[in-house]
Formats: sequence, C-alpha cells, structure tokens
Amino acid sequence: MRRFTWFNATSLTLGFVFLYLPMVILVIYSFNASKLVTVWAGFSTKWYGTLFQNEAFLDAAWVTVKVAVVSSTFAAVLGTMAAYVLVRGGRFMGRTLFSGMIYAPLVMPEVITGLSLLLLFIGIGFDRGMMTIILAHTTFSMCYVSVVVSSRLVSFDRSLEEAALDLGCSAFEAFRLVTLPIIAPAVISGWLLAFTLSLDDLVIASFTSGPSATTLPIKIYSAVRLGVSPEINALSTIMISIVTVGVISASLISKRAAVKQKRDEMAAERTAD
Amino acid sequence: MAQTVFAPWEEADQKPLIQFKNVTKRFGDFVAIDNLTQDIYAQEFFALLGPSGCGKTTMMRMLAGFETPTEGQILIAGHDMKGVPPNKRAVNMMFQSYALFPHLTVAENIAFGLKREGKPKPEIEDRVDEMLRLTRLEKFGKRKPHQISGGQRQRVALARSLAKAPKLLLLDEPLGALDKKLRQETQFELMDIQEKTGTTFVIVTHDQEEAMTVASRVAVMDEGQIIQVATPADIYERPNSVYVADFIGDVNIINGHATRAGDGYDIAYAEGTGKLHAKTTTDLGNEGKCALAIRPEKVSITAQKPAKVTNAVKGKIIDIAYLGNLSTYHVELKGGQMVKAQTANTRRLERRSFTWEDDVWLSWTDTAAIVLEG
Repeated sequence: MRRFTWFNATSLTLGFVFLYLPMVILVIYSFNASKLVTVWAGFSTKWYGTLFQNEAFLDAAWVTVKVAVVSSTFAAVLGTMAAYVLVRGGRFMGRTLFSGMIYAPLVMPEVITGLSLLLLFIGIGFDRGMMTIILAHTTFSMCYVSVVVSSRLVSFDRSLEEAALDLGCSAFEAFRLVTLPIIAPAVISGWLLAFTLSLDDLVIASFTSGPSATTLPIKIYSAVRLGVSPEINALSTIMISIVTVGVISASLISKRAAVKQKRDEMAAERTAD
Repeated sequence: MAQTVFAPWEEADQKPLIQFKNVTKRFGDFVAIDNLTQDIYAQEFFALLGPSGCGKTTMMRMLAGFETPTEGQILIAGHDMKGVPPNKRAVNMMFQSYALFPHLTVAENIAFGLKREGKPKPEIEDRVDEMLRLTRLEKFGKRKPHQISGGQRQRVALARSLAKAPKLLLLDEPLGALDKKLRQETQFELMDIQEKTGTTFVIVTHDQEEAMTVASRVAVMDEGQIIQVATPADIYERPNSVYVADFIGDVNIINGHATRAGDGYDIAYAEGTGKLHAKTTTDLGNEGKCALAIRPEKVSITAQKPAKVTNAVKGKIIDIAYLGNLSTYHVELKGGQMVKAQTANTRRLERRSFTWEDDVWLSWTDTAAIVLEG
C-alpha cells in the first residue's frame, strides 16, 4: 500500500527542487570568493566580513527589527481586541460589516494599502520615517493577528469565562485572569506572524518610508537594482538561517508540549481512583 | 416523626430562599420560561428535571445571573436579583463542562474565587485544604486539570464552586460526563456533601434516576413550565398528569371512559371487555374521559385468574424483556391494548413459568392505578 514508488520519488524531487533550488544556489554563491555572482572562484567567507562593516545595511537591519517588534506588538494588542469583540460581542448593529472590514486588508492589494496610507500621511502632514512604517505595518498585520486569535476564541469554552464571573471576577478580571492566559499561544503566534510579515514587507514600506528611515528589504531591493553583489547573498543566507532555526525550534517546542500533555493524560488515567 | 422529616415547603412559617415570581423569559420569539412561579427553600436539594429544551437550564442561568428574566422577578433571600451581576451574587455554579481553568493547578482553581474576595493568604490556604479533604483530592492539589481523571475533575469543579461557601449552589448536569458506575457513586457523594455543608443545591438534569436519587424535591418541566413539584416518592406514586407519569419511570397508560362508582371510578377501556375499577381522590365529575396509569411492577402476572382481586384481565404474552434481575412481560389484552408487567426473577431463567404466546391473567388492586385526566 505505502510503497515508495518511482513516481512518488520523482514527484517529491521535482517539488523540492522547484521550491528550494533558487535558495540553495543563493546560499552556495554567498561563499563564492569571486566578486562576480555567477562565476565560482573558490570558497570564501569574506562577503560576510564586508557585510558586517557595511553601515548602511546594518542601520537598515536595525530599523527593520525595531519596526517589526513595535508594529507586531501593536498589531497583537489591536488584533486581539478586535477578535474578542467580534467573537464575544454577541450580535450588535453592523457586526457583519465590521468583521468583513477587519478581514478586507487580507485580500486588498498591498499597492493600494500602501498608496492610501501614503496619501493619508501627506494629507495630514505627517513626516515619513520609522513611525509611519510602524503605523502602516500595524494596519495590515493586525488583521492577521485577528484571524489567528478569533479562531482560537471560537473553540474556547465560553463557560470558562462564565465560571470566572461566577467566582467573583469583573468582566475585565475574567479576561485578564482566564481568557488571556488561555489564548496566549494564539496571541503569540499572531505576534510572530505579524513580525515576519513586517520583516519581509517591501511594497507598503516603500510607500511609507522616508529619507530618515529605510528598512532592509528596501535597501536590498535598491542595492540589487545597481547590480547583485555577493554581500546580498551573504545577508540573505543569514536571514534564511534565522528563519529556519526559528521554525524548527517552534515546531520542536510545540511537539514536546504535545507529547508531555499526552503523557500527563495517560498518567492521570492510570492513577484514577 | 414530623420533626425528623425535612419538608420546609409544608410549613407555613418558613421563608423560601429562592422565589420565582411570574417569571417569563423569551429569546426572540421563543418562550423559554412561561410565567413560572416557584419557591425553593434553604437546604433543599431541588432537582429540575425535563427533556432538553424544556427551560431547566435557562432557570438555572437566571439564578446565576447569566440571563435576565424578560418579565417577572427572581428573589434570593428576599432580595430582588434584577440588575445584580453574577460576580455580586452569593450563588455559585458548577458547570456541565466543569469549566476548570486549564492554566491553573487544582489548588489554584479552588482558591480562585477566594482570592477575588481578597481574603488573607493563610485563610485561603486553610479553606483550600478543607475543600481538598472534603472532595478527597488531597494528593492532587498541585496537578493541572489535564493531569487528573474525569471523576477527579468533577470533584475539583464541585470543590471550586463550594469554596466560597455560597448560599446556593447550582449544578448543571454535574454527572453527565461520568460513566454509569461512577455516576451512582458520585450521586451519594453529592448528597453527603450537601448534608455536611448545609448548602442549598439546585441541580439540573435530564436523568430521572439521578433526580430521584439525590433530590428532596423534583420539579418536572416541559415547555417552559413546571408540571409538578413533589418529593421523588410522590412524583413516582402520585403523578398529576400523563406527562409526568410517562416521563418518570415506566408506566402503562390505559385510555378509557370513567363513570363514578363508590369511592372511585369504573373505567371502560375497550368494546366487549369488563370494566376496571380504581379508587381515587381525583375528581372527574360523574363521568368523563380518563387515563389510567399503572406501573408495571404493580401488575401481577399469573396463569390462573386470581380469586380476590378487583382488576383481572386476560391476555397473551407477546414479548419478554429479560433484564437479569427483572423481566418485563409485554401482554396484549383483548382489543389490542398492550400492558407491561414486571416481575423479579427469583427463580432461575430455565424454570421461568411463562413463555411467549402463553395466555396469562394480569391483575392489580384498586389502589395500584392512578386515575388521570385523559
């Protein structure tokens, strides 16, 4: 039934080649000694060295991280609030309209989001810089947080909140002491999603960034337009490894938590009186 | 004898703890509770029994403060509960799903309500220990809810809802998630704890056996109304309607025409058969339609016509349900009426006196059957 046939092997290889060949080439050429990106001239790590001396790249990287942390934190707070109201608020006037409006940015072309934000900032005379990028990233990533958190809230046993009220909590205490700790994993994964979205966003950032602040994707994009340098390869390799480590550790942690939970439950069944 | 029986509802000078006064609750067009008036007394174990959708859970949620009556008043200890939120009521609830906080340990779950009251720490610890002892969970205080078994979770939920020593404890299908054996044990535990703590319990259940076992009084509900409120024995022996008789336990209902005779009624139930007689205080006038309710265990089954019995009818055994300790015989009377008769299997199965297709006599006394309006 489950034999590993030639057909399976071929499909698997084709799929993975399609997905990862470009990245593998990029990583290999980041260790190229030659300045020419397409010509192999022996192994070297010198491009990593020059990368760490390139102030402009380092500045942009630092701005990107700051923007990502701040905007994803805002997005996590606002997105959680929106999800809570939409799932728990009961039926109020315009609920369907609101939930539609929360999710609209998910399908809205980024160019339009970026352009409209640009026009808004010009209109109210807001100087473009780090603050405007943060605001823009918060706007588009909070709806992702809201989607993640509301799917957790839907499966959340409502009587837990009622039990908290019953035991003497005010509505806010019930949220802080019971709801929030339980939905925390969803809020955290929403935050991580917002963080990665902010890290790699090019379109919206290029509309809302100003001369005082540039993010890494904008920097890379403009550098590449002048010609691909091996430094860019090195930088991309670093980013790929950070993401890989992050993804692998996150899945290991959740797998271990699941195994522990299962073991606990089995132990509980055995010691049941 | 009168002193030892707990029956505050029969004493005129007793003040009820809970009063429902003409309470109506509507959800849109749906009437969940229909103009309901009912008193519940302190230290009662009051069961709300009915099929799903009869309004029993709505009544409980109104007591807890999660729903507000559309019309009418609910009073607890004489105070109108209108506008009082759940966290300001001396009422605690044990949820059907238990609703244990998964991120807290068993002890923290129990301490949750006490901490909200702002009690000093040593006092909270003492109370938690006391609740753990009461529910026999001393060994599990440091575990998380997913690390204990279903029966233990049920006891944690009970301990948590009792920790604040509420005047009134509401239990929403508290044993629904347990298997039958554990459920029976837990029923007695619940009664024991109710007696020890002296708390008033209101329990919602659709399991009539459970209601009969634990409750001091049972309210049978249907479509937003209470049909009958009585002690378990009275509900079983003296149901006030066909609905209650049918809902509680197994019953034979014989529809017929009643005419007054002596201290009861003669009932004609089919063409060309004799009349049945039943003593009753029910007043149907001189004659009228009626329903005769007879419990299967009150019907005797014999091969010969018994000599000195008011009601004896002949029939044929159609079906036998063997339940181990009991057997239920389904007997068809002349005219097609089916009557169930139940006997204890005191002899071995292979020596059973009757079998399929046997002609038998069914008989019952004139007080065994209940005359109800048909």
